[in-house]
Amino acid sequence: MHETSARAWCTGKTQRNLVEREESESEAKVDGETASDSESRVEAVSLPPSADDTPEVLNRALSSLSSRWKNWWVRGILTLAMIAFFFIIIYLGPMVLMMIVMCVQIKCFHEIITIGYNVYHSYDLPWFRTLSWYFLLCVNYFFYGETVTDYFFTLVQREEPLRILSKYHRFISFTLYLTGFCMFVLSLVKKHYRLQFYMFGWTHVTLLIVVTQSHLVIHNLFEGMIWFIVPISCVICNDIMAYMFGFFFGRTPLIKLSPKKTWEGFIGGFFATVVFGLLLSYVMSGYRCFVCPVEYNNDTNSFTVDCEPSGLFRLQEYNIPGVIQSIIGWKTVRMYPFQIHSIALSTFASLIGPFGGFFASGFKRAFKIKDFANTIPGHGGIMDRFDCQYLMATFVNVYIASFIRGPNPSKLVQQFLTLRPDQQLHIFNTLKSHLTDKGMLTAATEDK
Amino acid sequence: MGEETDIDDRYGDLDSRTDSDIPEIPPSLDRTPEILKKALSGLSSRWKNWWIRGILTLTMISLFFLIIYMGSFMLMLLVLSIQVKCFHEIITIGYRVYHSYDLPWFRTLSWYFLLCVNYFFYGETVADYFATFVQREEQLQFLIRYHRFISFALYLAGFCMFVLSLVKKHYRLQFYMFAWTHVTLLITVTQSHLVIQNLFEGMIWFLVPISSVICNDITAYIFGFFFGRTPLIKLSPKKTWEGFIGGFFSTVIFGFIAAYVLSKYQYFVCPVEYRSDVNSFVTECEPSELFQLQSYSLPPFLKAVLRRETVSMYPFQIHSIALSTFASLIGPFGGFFASGFKRAFKIKDFANTIPGHGGIMDRFDCQYLMATFVHVYITSFIRGPNPSKVLQQLLVLQPEQQLNIYKTLKTHLIEKGILQPTLKV
Repeated sequence: MHETSARAWCTGKTQRNLVEREESESEAKVDGETASDSESRVEAVSLPPSADDTPEVLNRALSSLSSRWKNWWVRGILTLAMIAFFFIIIYLGPMVLMMIVMCVQIKCFHEIITIGYNVYHSYDLPWFRTLSWYFLLCVNYFFYGETVTDYFFTLVQREEPLRILSKYHRFISFTLYLTGFCMFVLSLVKKHYRLQFYMFGWTHVTLLIVVTQSHLVIHNLFEGMIWFIVPISCVICNDIMAYMFGFFFGRTPLIKLSPKKTWEGFIGGFFATVVFGLLLSYVMSGYRCFVCPVEYNNDTNSFTVDCEPSGLFRLQEYNIPGVIQSIIGWKTVRMYPFQIHSIALSTFASLIGPFGGFFASGFKRAFKIKDFANTIPGHGGIMDRFDCQYLMATFVNVYIASFIRGPNPSKLVQQFLTLRPDQQLHIFNTLKSHLTDKGMLTAATEDK
Repeated sequence: MGEETDIDDRYGDLDSRTDSDIPEIPPSLDRTPEILKKALSGLSSRWKNWWIRGILTLTMISLFFLIIYMGSFMLMLLVLSIQVKCFHEIITIGYRVYHSYDLPWFRTLSWYFLLCVNYFFYGETVADYFATFVQREEQLQFLIRYHRFISFALYLAGFCMFVLSLVKKHYRLQFYMFAWTHVTLLITVTQSHLVIQNLFEGMIWFLVPISSVICNDITAYIFGFFFGRTPLIKLSPKKTWEGFIGGFFSTVIFGFIAAYVLSKYQYFVCPVEYRSDVNSFVTECEPSELFQLQSYSLPPFLKAVLRRETVSMYPFQIHSIALSTFASLIGPFGGFFASGFKRAFKIKDFANTIPGHGGIMDRFDCQYLMATFVHVYITSFIRGPNPSKVLQQLLVLQPEQQLNIYKTLKTHLIEKGILQPTLKV
């Protein structure tokens, strides 16, 4: 398995051109088409390989090694570079993280849309590139507006133009989207209806995948940086661990879609990731800057992460079940409750996360591409790195909303204040009777 | 790899060729009932089609009135059935285009995704309205609290099944059908839920927009028939500018009058509520100011024409002008979109469910944008957030948070004078 993987990888790029040229020649003989048709199809089938992006520096440094090891080194160096980059960004704080998430989102969108253009050979369709980017802008505007209104509430209330924008936010977003929709309808050209509808569908599905999930990532981030860092690290760790276990012990193939994956890698990666998640959350739960929700401080006009850590992030004693007691010899162990949640997160990252990777593999096979793009030398495009992350981001968001915190209390108060007085009174009375039933409210607590 | 051509490639070629090379989809059978055929056998075929179309139009309108009479619950069921049928129609077109009727699992998965998304939306929206009912039952409480998680788990199961069902030679087709299903869900399911939310706001918010769109359809056709000369858009050669503008003015007037007539009845104007004591939907309330007659002073030029100083109308009628304007100006774009879609895939109608008219989608293509617009309009201009949803979320919070909020609210209400400060509970 080691041999095939290395061979497939290092010869991947040069081999691709050969394979695609063969394919396209056989297809040209189908159905007696005109010459121009078959030519255009030949171009469409073999997506032109991007230029090799490896920096010259690396090329020279590794020129002496054989090409097999060179690729390994390139891949390894880039991995370390990306991880180091990740740490730097974390150090720089939430604002920079948000911007990085946004850039990653735009790049992923660009990569997927470019594949669509190449598949459908529709680079010349009138208006379509403009419209795709316009829709990206609209959807981002909508989501950012909703997020900003929630988290920057006090700032928004102060500035009059912002307040109006936020009050009529949905209406404005809808109008912007409608404009794009009408432009699309007006841009339909007689011979290209089907292509245009395909690209419209392609754009919308891409937006659905890429933009919604990047906003869920930002929501998770605002909950506390640990909710951003631990899931992403677990997915990365699972990737690396599964690869290593597969490399050393791999024997039984996992799924026909990705022949390189093995059951040994899968299971080894699962256990390694759970352990990694436990350790990482133990380390991170100690620091306030990771654990506190990100808040926008009005006075200093910046983001602050300062708070009293919630019950999740305070050490507690847990009784070890009898079976482990005899092994370790301890009666109790002190852990953060968050570590138990991290087990759930790592389990998801190891068991279901790979399905995101299989989906992307299937997509690449369906459209006969090796990588989404060639942005990162040795690794492919940004989408290649982030394909497993998408499901994870949604899962973390749903997990937080269901198990960790309910709805946002300050947001509820906001909504309450916009209701009519009779509705407010009704809610107040219902809440009062509810609290009284629960015994939370007594005559004593009533008088402040 | 060069010898065996993937099925994908054979059908994938369809994508890159221009439309003219694509074969037509075989038309469905004629479904006109025998009775009608016999009754109209005497007429020439051109008039026969007109009569069938006319009779079916009247049938549909009467069915619409009947369901309105039967109440909100029946309307909800109707909206749901229409949604399911539209989904079925669009998915069937996808199957025929891609010849993918035999793809493993795919039909099951499409319906499964429809079920998941519906479950999610019904849980989010409808559960709010049944808050009193839900409070009583323990199991329902559990389902509500973990609703998002359960919906996500259900969706994930479908997603994993899709990944596991990918078959070597059919990757591209399967991805196309996956995307087709999701876009269809996005269009049909989200909008049908917006329709239901509009309905719960008050049946008038459901009736006036839908009638405006239907009226615009009919009046634009009539104006186009009698006065039509300049074509409107290449996509739909039958539409004309005269029809468009005539339809616009007639729809605004129609909306104005319909709003006036409907605003009088509590049945149409009040938000729909579910009363647990009677276990049914009731529409009884004190009509809000939107639905109380007010005097408006006329602008001078109208004063001269009508020779009156003021006119009393419902404020809602002004909103109805906005709704009718949207129905006439932007609604047709939904129709053009559907026309473009039909031309792209070389089909005459979405299906043959309604004789003379085509499928359900054909009737509802203009309605989709309208439903979203009405919802956005209501949330932006008419009311703020939904009170029962706020209450629902409040009850889900931790007790300490609830107590904090209670104190904040109390201070606020006392300040505003809504609540009188009392010494005893």
